[in-house]
Amino acid sequence: MSDTRRETVRFRGGGFVTGSRRWAPWLAFALILAAWEAASLTGLLPALFMPAPHEVVLALHALLVDGQLFVHIGASLQRIVIGWLLGSAAGLAIGFAMGIFVLARSVGLPVVAALFPIPKIALLPLFILWFGIGEPSKVATIALGVFFPTVVSTYSAVDNVPRNLIRMAQSFGLPTRMIVTKVILPGAMPGILAGCRISSSIALILVVAAEMIGAQFGIGAFVLAAGNLMQTDQLVAGVVLLSLLGLTISWLLSRLEKTLLRWR
Amino acid sequence: MQVLLEEVGFAFADLQVLDGISFTVTEGETAALIGPSGCGKSTLLNLVGGLLPQQQGRIATVGDAPPGCLNPLTFVFQDFALLPWRSVAGNVALALEHHPLGRAEREARIREVLQLCGLSDFADALPKQLSGGMRQRVGIARAIAVRPAVLLMDEPLSALDAQTRELLMEDLVAIWARERTTTLYVTHNLSEAVRLADKVVVLSRRPGRIKQIVAIDVPVAERHRPEHAATLQRLHDELWTLIKAEAKVADREVQNV
Repeated sequence: MSDTRRETVRFRGGGFVTGSRRWAPWLAFALILAAWEAASLTGLLPALFMPAPHEVVLALHALLVDGQLFVHIGASLQRIVIGWLLGSAAGLAIGFAMGIFVLARSVGLPVVAALFPIPKIALLPLFILWFGIGEPSKVATIALGVFFPTVVSTYSAVDNVPRNLIRMAQSFGLPTRMIVTKVILPGAMPGILAGCRISSSIALILVVAAEMIGAQFGIGAFVLAAGNLMQTDQLVAGVVLLSLLGLTISWLLSRLEKTLLRWR
Repeated sequence: MQVLLEEVGFAFADLQVLDGISFTVTEGETAALIGPSGCGKSTLLNLVGGLLPQQQGRIATVGDAPPGCLNPLTFVFQDFALLPWRSVAGNVALALEHHPLGRAEREARIREVLQLCGLSDFADALPKQLSGGMRQRVGIARAIAVRPAVLLMDEPLSALDAQTRELLMEDLVAIWARERTTTLYVTHNLSEAVRLADKVVVLSRRPGRIKQIVAIDVPVAERHRPEHAATLQRLHDELWTLIKAEAKVADREVQNV
């Protein structure tokens, strides 16, 4: 080796790392808004089809001042919360039963597989026939839309709790009730909360769709009315509200995950 | 408490895993169970611990459990089986929570076993913060917290590195010297069996049948002494001779599955 060529070993392990830059999303948002504003000011984006960001802000301000913002958000939130709670509670119960009991799984899996793919908004006319044009039909649509993904995620989460933990609990003689509450429920919690994220997004989509079909108040009804009157600044303001509502729900779920899944 | 096995057999559907197993683990004795992969060692342990239903023959315990025993047949698992969301103390507490113990007594038991297993400073740590050896110490602490009559240990050291295994073997010898618990110890490691067991039950390849029972006549606490090295090596070689051919065939069978 003494007279042969020496070369320092080159580092080849760079890149492909996980992690994030906290400033990057803010910069991206700012750039998108700046480009949008510039396109509107220069006439590249006609105001009739796409309002400038500052016009959307003004529309939001006007909604805030005259109180309409709270009326529409309040109506949508009420439907989302009631529908989501009903659908989630039923979905959790059925999903847990399917994860634990062989008979419930044998019956539940084919039924869920058959009904899950149906677009739930297609059932709204049926619900209007059953429950009338008022709140119950919209809440039922949201609840049903939330129910199936909750069943699937809960069943899957329970099914994925490591069997060795359940065997361990059995070997120490824990009664079934305690195995469920102390082993299966906490073990399934990550999957259940992941399911909550999906079901909350579905609830948001369904509330807008349901409000577009038959409602006086609510963000969906507001966006539809603005579109009919070609008030694009109001329309986009409604869309921004939906985005903010989705972000708020996502933030709340993140807080819940941080509290319940501290051990991860 | 003794463990009595009479003509025990077991099959998963059409696959006969164990056949005609008969032996006794006497009170305070440690019996190691060795054999080639897939010979039914862990299945036999699960049968003894009641985690699998008995099919053929009979498994019984004979005698009374020691005072304060809350769970006569208690497992220590190969993969530790710790709840990742509970602290070290919380994992030990799980084994006690459904028993009618007062809070003070329960906490005293937890403190005692954590101290015995060298875990006092880690009571609030989560399993993910511990090394493999420390995790298995938690598994052992949880098992002895219920003051078991019989310890059922399923390859408890196989997931650990060699140095940690040596340290834990020393700890196990010390714990057994104090507790005198009857133990059935499954392992694939002949050195572990020779070091820890009073007798070694050698199983044949599937369906597992008893090939031989080898007594280790050197007191467990004295096996680290140099004067016993030759005897222990001879026993190790004897065990290897017993299972070598079986292990070769079993290895090919496992690969062909």
